Amino acid sequence: MSIWEYANPKKFMQTSAWALPWVAGLTLVTLIGGLVWGFFFTPDDYKQGSTVKIIYIHVPAAMMAINVWAMMLVTSLIWLIRRHHVSALAAKAAAPVGMVMTLIALITGAIWGQPMWGTWWEWDPRLTSFLILFLFYLGYIALWGAIDNPDTAADLTGVLCLVGSVFAILSRYAVNFWNQGLHQGASLSLDKEENVADVFWYPLVVSITGFVLLFLALVLIRTRTEIRARRLQALETRERMA
Amino acid sequence: MIPDLGKYAGAVLGSYAVTIALLLGLVAVTLWRSAKVKRALAAQEARMGQGDG
Amino acid sequence: MIALLARDLALAVRAGGGFGLGLAFFLIVVTLVPFGVGPEGGVLARIAPGILWLGALLACLLSLDRIFALDYEDGSLDLLATAPIPLEGVVTIKAAAHWITTGLPLVAAAPVFGILLHLEGAGFFWLTASLALGTPALSVLGTFGAALTVGLKRGGLLLSLLVLPLYVPTLIFGAELVRRGVAGMETTTPLLMLAGITAATVALVPFASAAAIRVNLR
Repeated sequence: MSIWEYANPKKFMQTSAWALPWVAGLTLVTLIGGLVWGFFFTPDDYKQGSTVKIIYIHVPAAMMAINVWAMMLVTSLIWLIRRHHVSALAAKAAAPVGMVMTLIALITGAIWGQPMWGTWWEWDPRLTSFLILFLFYLGYIALWGAIDNPDTAADLTGVLCLVGSVFAILSRYAVNFWNQGLHQGASLSLDKEENVADVFWYPLVVSITGFVLLFLALVLIRTRTEIRARRLQALETRERMA
Repeated sequence: MIPDLGKYAGAVLGSYAVTIALLLGLVAVTLWRSAKVKRALAAQEARMGQGDG
Repeated sequence: MIALLARDLALAVRAGGGFGLGLAFFLIVVTLVPFGVGPEGGVLARIAPGILWLGALLACLLSLDRIFALDYEDGSLDLLATAPIPLEGVVTIKAAAHWITTGLPLVAAAPVFGILLHLEGAGFFWLTASLALGTPALSVLGTFGAALTVGLKRGGLLLSLLVLPLYVPTLIFGAELVRRGVAGMETTTPLLMLAGITAATVALVPFASAAAIRVNLR
């Protein structure tokens, strides 16, 4: 039993059909639990007042924005090297989710920045990098939409994802060099000194789990849709030929 | 019911509202397309006389 | 390879698009900016490095979709792909031809346009230097975007959407180099970064472009 068995669309459909209700249920529990906990049952921060509650959506969304792209990079590589169709379709399925996560991180950041920094938008390195990441998502999704042949589209978007990753990281450092930022350091890191206090930390972890599971559930559904769409396309072609 | 959010109520409620709206929109689009493709595939398979899939 | 370069250059010159159009576009951008932000010399001098870099970038973008499109339509790209020189080499030559017809005139004209925008003393040297160092990267990245969209009927807009985010690092370091040069600040870091990005891009991106062309020719 190796992980590559899931690259078989049929096997993937069976397993995902079994897993989907569980993932969806857990998503509901953790996402709603984390957000409700964060919204109703956490104290205000002594400096930021109640705006600290935005952290329970901003931080998970921002983490997902980056991690979804990383996941797309891995699945694109698997497609380019081992040519498993499910992998390419999973990358396609994940991109819009990642784009929405980036958008959420940007919007909640702007809403938080308005009372805290006195401005909706600041050309701060982190904000700017997220805007650039958003543009990369847009380009990636647009390229998928523009090409008719699914294998060609998968190949080209895969290459774009590779080159884009390199330039996204490069942009991150360029932007850092170009402007010093207002944005605080990492809220979560292994370095305990930097971390947020425990009262904020536990609901945040639940909320992050919720976002990860939500992403997983959405990608499973969307990948299943893509597989069905491919089969539909194949059947239609066969019918036209006959 | 809603905790006292002080002067930042608009910001906090706004962020939660935007986020929930965006996520619900994403879920809705995903489910809608899933249902549409599923139906189209079922119709196609029924027409071609094979129930497997 | 030299024959290919000569052929591309001749085609560009004969088609009339190459040298003239990019420069004219650059001039128009530079002319329009004062209408947008007002004619005060101080403001113009402050934004001149950024505007000149942006103008060069957009002028460069304008002719990208023609890098492979014509060869793809008349089938000569298929011949080039099966030619004894590797496709990566073909891509590099194409990028070089694009740079000579678009990038080089921009580098030469930029100081003249700098006068229009009240660019200051040291700025002329740094502007020319940064454009000379940066524009090759723009051309090579352009081949990547053009290679991705070569099979599409109307890839122009998509091409811009794909290529412009890739231009971000070059633009940042290029414009920063000029700004620091004008202000008399330390210029080594952006200079080295700009040169490094160009060198790495010219060395590595042709492989990605060639891969994309192979997929599109399949």
